[in-house]
Amino acid sequence: MRADDLARLAGHRGPVTVLKDTRVLVVRAGDLVVKAHPPDTDEGALRVRLAAARELSGIMLPPLGLERLDGRLVTLWPAGEPLTPADLDEDGAPWEAGGRLLALLHARPVPPGLPPAGGPPRVPRALADLAASGAPAAVAAPILKAYATPAPFPGGAGAPDGLAHGDWHLGQIVRHRGEWLLIDPDDLGGGDRAWDLARPAAWYAAGLLDPADWNRFLSAYLEAGGTAVSAGDPWRELDAPARALTVQLAATAAAAAARAGEPLDEAAAALVSACGRIAAAAEASI
Amino acid sequence: MECPKCRGRMRTFDRNGVHIEQCDNCRGIFLDYGELETLSRMEAQWAQQHYAPPPPAHGGPAWGAPHHGHYGHHRGHSWVGMLFSS
Repeated sequence: MRADDLARLAGHRGPVTVLKDTRVLVVRAGDLVVKAHPPDTDEGALRVRLAAARELSGIMLPPLGLERLDGRLVTLWPAGEPLTPADLDEDGAPWEAGGRLLALLHARPVPPGLPPAGGPPRVPRALADLAASGAPAAVAAPILKAYATPAPFPGGAGAPDGLAHGDWHLGQIVRHRGEWLLIDPDDLGGGDRAWDLARPAAWYAAGLLDPADWNRFLSAYLEAGGTAVSAGDPWRELDAPARALTVQLAATAAAAAARAGEPLDEAAAALVSACGRIAAAAEASI
Repeated sequence: MECPKCRGRMRTFDRNGVHIEQCDNCRGIFLDYGELETLSRMEAQWAQQHYAPPPPAHGGPAWGAPHHGHYGHHRGHSWVGMLFSS
């Protein structure tokens, strides 16, 4: 699968920009964005998710179509302006827009037939990746200890169910015709909606995200009526998924460092330290 | 006054009681005796007023990092990349 093939599918002649080339291939071709999904994508599940996104007007970018090319499922989208790291330097991140959009999403019912949200399965996948990477035991040990901390972890019994994005971070909002919208319904589904806030929560708890930015995000979520966490004590619901995301992010970063043959950078080290504190806090509470 | 480094022309500025000479050519700065200490003191006062950690509006987990409000220093490449990846 090549970028040119996707451009041809979009009926586009001229230069294309490759936006992402990992398990998925995403290119921008003129006014369209074309995404080739991983070869093992469940077509039925993707169709239900695309239909759900189409119903979320003003919250999610609506898809334009689903095609098949060389055995891969390919979706077409209107091209929005993605947020880039350079935007952060100028105006800071649109944390308010992120919080508000998630609150609106979380207020919607789960459409019938929608698969479970895709967040929780990423944690064991990240740990398997860590084990395969040959990361030093001193790095892996606190991550494994944090993963072994008691239930409810991850997304344990009694977690409130609702419509969740399933993979939210700052790369998942774009500006389209002047309004911010969520993109990427690949992990959209029913599940514990607090997981959508858990990545920023983990960054905050690791000391990476400025408390003022975290406050902007969480306040915007609550002010827009977000109900996945309680206004009085949001960490009651956030604690478990934020621990899970800390483990996942630490495992991913430590595996990447091991594969590159490099020591942990500052962000990875902060996440591994957070894993150490998770394990210590769990021991202290026994 | 002539710049001791590049022989350019030094221009004099007064900022909050601190007397500074700056070279028009190499932009180097010359401080009089005791003025570095004055600047350090003023910086410390400013930092105390502006970098006090905000009250934790929404609380945090028992395992949260101590926050000291020096976030500008964390904005390395890997951290920014992390904000955008799954």
